[in-house]
Amino acid sequence: MKKPAYSLLVLFVLVAGCGRPGANSGSRQVIENKGSDTLVNVAQAWAEAYQTVEPNVAVAVTGGGSGTGIAALINGTVDIANSSREMSEEEKQNAIANNHTPIEHIVGYDALAIYLHNDNPLQQITLEQLAGIYGENGTIERWEQLGVTVPGCASGEIIRISRQNNSGTYEYFREAVLHEEDFKLGSRDMHGSKDVVDLVMDTPCAIGYSGLAYATEHVHMPCVVDAAGTCVTPSETTAIDRSYPIARPLFMYSDGEPQGHVKAYLDWILSDEGQCIIADKGYAPYRPVECAVAQ
Amino acid sequence: MRASLSTDRIDRAWIVDRIVQVLMFLGGISAVVFIVGIFVFITREALQFVFSRFDVVEFFTSIRWAPTSTNNATYGALALMVGTASVTGVAMLVAIPFSLGAAVYISEFATGRSRETLKVLVELLAAIPSVVWGFIGLTIVNGLIIDVFDVPIGLNVLNAGIILGLMAAPIMTTIAEDALKAVPDRYREAAEAMGATRWQMIRRVVLPAAKNGLVSAVLLGVGRGFGETMAVLMASGHSINLPTSPFDSVRALTATIAAELGETAVGSDHYGALFTLGLFLFLITFLINLTADVVVRGIRNS
Repeated sequence: MKKPAYSLLVLFVLVAGCGRPGANSGSRQVIENKGSDTLVNVAQAWAEAYQTVEPNVAVAVTGGGSGTGIAALINGTVDIANSSREMSEEEKQNAIANNHTPIEHIVGYDALAIYLHNDNPLQQITLEQLAGIYGENGTIERWEQLGVTVPGCASGEIIRISRQNNSGTYEYFREAVLHEEDFKLGSRDMHGSKDVVDLVMDTPCAIGYSGLAYATEHVHMPCVVDAAGTCVTPSETTAIDRSYPIARPLFMYSDGEPQGHVKAYLDWILSDEGQCIIADKGYAPYRPVECAVAQ
Repeated sequence: MRASLSTDRIDRAWIVDRIVQVLMFLGGISAVVFIVGIFVFITREALQFVFSRFDVVEFFTSIRWAPTSTNNATYGALALMVGTASVTGVAMLVAIPFSLGAAVYISEFATGRSRETLKVLVELLAAIPSVVWGFIGLTIVNGLIIDVFDVPIGLNVLNAGIILGLMAAPIMTTIAEDALKAVPDRYREAAEAMGATRWQMIRRVVLPAAKNGLVSAVLLGVGRGFGETMAVLMASGHSINLPTSPFDSVRALTATIAAELGETAVGSDHYGALFTLGLFLFLITFLINLTADVVVRGIRNS
């Protein structure tokens, strides 16, 4: 639902690019940047802020999902692919076979929050419980198995909200929570990070997982128990210090070792200024930074 | 001297005539060219999967659609087929009474201005974009079903069926009305002369005479149901599941393709599997439309 807005923005960037040819010296460079919906808000913010840093470089950002970005990198149509998961060996081989060598850059971290309806009294959840709910061999089907009764959920059945099977969030959840086991069939597979939160908000029986950046006051997030038995609340701080058990790195893949304006852009993203922007969008920077602006 | 002019003139009108003829011919055969082109494209993309990874038994009997699994990728499409069929089934339960009722009313009862207004309104209904229907399903019908039936989630077979039924009704109404109008007036006059009431005439004379056209209207509605994507994706819950009641969420073939194709690497098994689903859908809708066409032809020959 938000994709048209991004393509419009891209259009604006392109039109703006054509509108003032050679305003400064030389021709205007365009960096094509595509991929993960998780990263698209940040990527857009970076692209906008970079206009003031380097007016001669336009960054065209499109979403569509990690798989879309990686596929575009393999096909050589983008300069930088955004991904919320690591490229698979197969994808790397495909890219190399097409004469594109993907170079990985970790640009920040995302904490995967567990979302519950506001009436749901559950305050903490373990990774084993999550695997029992979502995993193919899991046996948790009802809220009473977790020791709670959810007001407004008469049937007591756990409604599992998941993502479509090629989203980066889905793959990360499978890797980090299910340990590569498959998902139990019958989950409601939403087509966007925000859709998960929206559906949980309206459905008392529901449980869902999505990026921390999509949290609203209409849903509540239990803390997640780590291996040591401590229950860690999802937040930017717990994601940076890696204490939150389901936080994932966010990647940008450049086509080959970054050169020229692409290199300058990636260096800027990893600078304090770029990292403060990702922190401002609700994700964790890849290293602790001091940001002047309070959040 | 200029004897050949009458049969062989080459002037502006002749050239225009020729150009128009060629353009009309291109327009006429374009449908054939496109349909063959689409079929060849889908088949070509699907075949590499069909020959390498495809397992007929798994495809038609397993419900485990897990194409991105890292250790055990399976391509069972049974749940998707049942999902599409169940949603279309409920849609027809909704659409048939509505559309046949509307068609009988417009063709047999309504007269003058009200008839024209109704026809325009029905056609207008057909113009509502499917994503708008899906949005209605997601927001309005979802809440309604939760409140009325006290079920945990309103995105299910019933929701998608109602939405799809309302979407298919206008085109079914239009075709059914054409079929009713094709029944010669002398049949009606004969029935009335025999002392039949309006309803007796419709039930015993008009409906049987228009039977083939009505069946083909329903079949085209079924074809519409099989092919609809966006509204079903939004209203069905998009959940791999063999439904045991109308309140279960399901997932349709079309919705699966729409949701997954965008992020699939071109040429992968998953990509081929999605095209195989597409090929299967294409063949099913082709069969349904062909049946509808044969049924209509039945009228003309009898």
